[in-house]
Amino acid sequence: MSVIVTSVIIVGAIGIMAAIVLYVVSTKFHVDENPAIEAIESLLPGANCGGCGCNGCHDFAVKCATASSLDGLNCPGAGEEAMRQIASITGLDAGDSTQCVAVVKCNGSCDIRKTNAQYDGEQSCAIKASLGAAGDACPFGCLGCGDCVSSCKWGALSMNPVTGLPEVDNVRCTGCGACVKACPRHLIELRPKGPRGMRVWVACSNKDRGAEARKECPVACIGCGKCSRICPHGAISVEHNLAYIDPASCRLCLKCVDSCPTSAIHSVNFPIKKKTDE
Amino acid sequence: MNKPRTFSTGGIHLDENKLSGLQLVTFVDLPREVTMLMNQHAGNPARPVVEKGDHVKRGDVIANADGLVSAYIHSPISGEVTSVGMVKDAYGKPCEGITIKSDPIDYNIDIEEVHEREAVRTNDDIASLTPDEIVSIVKEAGIVGLGGATFPTHVKLSPPPGFKPEILIINGAECEPYLTNDHALMLAHPDEIIEGTRLLRRATHVPRAVIAIESNKPDAIRLLWGKTAGLDDITVMPLKTKYPQGCEKQLIEAVTGRQVPSGSLPVATGAIVQNVATAYAVHRAVRYDEPLMKRIITVTGDSVRFPGNYHCSIGRSLRSIIEQAGGLPDDTAKVILGGPMMGRTVENLDAPSTKGVSCILILDDKQARRREAEPCIRCGACVNACPMGLEPFLISTLARKGRMEDAAHEKIMNCIECGSCNYACPAARPLLDYIRLGKIGIKAVSKDKKKKLIKWKGH
Repeated sequence: MSVIVTSVIIVGAIGIMAAIVLYVVSTKFHVDENPAIEAIESLLPGANCGGCGCNGCHDFAVKCATASSLDGLNCPGAGEEAMRQIASITGLDAGDSTQCVAVVKCNGSCDIRKTNAQYDGEQSCAIKASLGAAGDACPFGCLGCGDCVSSCKWGALSMNPVTGLPEVDNVRCTGCGACVKACPRHLIELRPKGPRGMRVWVACSNKDRGAEARKECPVACIGCGKCSRICPHGAISVEHNLAYIDPASCRLCLKCVDSCPTSAIHSVNFPIKKKTDE
Repeated sequence: MNKPRTFSTGGIHLDENKLSGLQLVTFVDLPREVTMLMNQHAGNPARPVVEKGDHVKRGDVIANADGLVSAYIHSPISGEVTSVGMVKDAYGKPCEGITIKSDPIDYNIDIEEVHEREAVRTNDDIASLTPDEIVSIVKEAGIVGLGGATFPTHVKLSPPPGFKPEILIINGAECEPYLTNDHALMLAHPDEIIEGTRLLRRATHVPRAVIAIESNKPDAIRLLWGKTAGLDDITVMPLKTKYPQGCEKQLIEAVTGRQVPSGSLPVATGAIVQNVATAYAVHRAVRYDEPLMKRIITVTGDSVRFPGNYHCSIGRSLRSIIEQAGGLPDDTAKVILGGPMMGRTVENLDAPSTKGVSCILILDDKQARRREAEPCIRCGACVNACPMGLEPFLISTLARKGRMEDAAHEKIMNCIECGSCNYACPAARPLLDYIRLGKIGIKAVSKDKKKKLIKWKGH
């Protein structure tokens, strides 16, 4: 019985002494932290994705709390609502932000892409890219090992097993840009999400001359320039045998999509057109 | 006799598989069409100096060296330049190339010249050449390291100030399985190799040259031994057969007993290494004024009909070289440029051969397939095998996890990519794949840092 009593007393005494020490230390070394930082950080997703350009979410919160203006500070992961709340905490105006979303600029799905050799090494895009064309006829296209998928902290990317290409989930994608950095072929671009998610882009990155590009992939952009001629807004430029649609001037008229001879221009989230008999 | 020397750390013993073992060189006629790639040497790609429609003669310069570490490129046939522009190399990557098509009259003249080229310099002329003159002839001839690294030879012959070479090592180790091109060359042209060796020795101001040959080539050792018997500046040294003895750093240690310090040039040990084929090319350049336009390529593989060593023009398409050896076998699964350990798979057989192609190896499905990778059991086989004394399991994991700074700390940049770790791994882990990736990543980071530094200094 006495053993229990003594051990309770000893452990209790140690506990009280430790509590005193901790109390003294915490008062002596107390750091006054801006309460705004904690409040801002609680609004952030905590994914440390780096999409804002800071070293993690805490760093971003510190920058927001100490900044004199929120211009250029934008957390793509938290969304506009959270940015408005951050603005109200700091008492500043929220900076302009365009919600971006990742698009994949390759459309060479498994059934149509041509291959010259078989790759049976490690499944990593980075390794495949270091080997040259890595078996595909097209040296610019998607490598299909999913480096982008593993880089995505939001679960917005997935490999489609049928096409062998990554697919972007519109809702989950925050436009943080981690996949853009992960892709060794630079196939992923951040583009404005567009009204109701409607957007148009050239789903190809092949810079070879038309005839060669055609040989490599039937849905490659051959740089014919038809789209740039037909575009009424002058949004399309062709450089290095590859068309590029400038999202700032594109008005989503879809003329280019219909004009592309290789169907290299993609559009998503447009209402389905009613079929008209001509 | 003393025990043959070798290097101390790591190394593996491989099945030799020297199939094309007749050790004869088959001469292949000039091709009707060649494509010369601009980046077929290490360093800056050459700059084309011809345009479409130009007529060039055999041996004309078609591309100039761009900067110090670069090499001239010469046309191996006379004819018309049909295109200057992007072509695909053997790995499917686009790069600049010049395509030349010969016409029938030029073709016959060229063939005569190939068979009976007259010596331009006599023995006296050669004896009176100064070292600088030899280096400039080598540079003008576009000679690069023919062992496979294709580093421009004239750069290696003029070491940076502060380094004093003491010994020249001529690399006849040929440690990769299947390869016999150097062996065949040593048997076919021993006198020429000795002359080339002497020229290289004089160009580098060293008193002594050693021709190092692995003991699995006794006939070549005996032949060169006999030829160098009376010479006091060139000796032949037999080495124990061990992979990767043909790598520069391992060879230096095997011959001189000195290890190349981490991060410094091999010449820091006082040794300069050149391949036997390079020595032969130097002989051709100095005596015949012939630039580097052809080389010996081993075409081999278990199902190849006529495996052998083919002396053919650089720029000939790989497919046409394989046709010389009886064509592509039906059971071909993989075609590799270089040896089975360090070579890379070809994706485009219509691509031209380059100065660095030493072997075309054709594997069937069973040989080509990799075993499924299993988890690492920490057995240390890769550590034992690594000739650089690294820990491949560790650096490959660090590189895979993206921890580049830690990988650099573990000396990932010392890796010579010989593949011994991959070969030794009982779990068939892709160690080298990730190490290579890590090296690329670190190079990119240091380039980036340099750029930033320049930017920062500019402000």
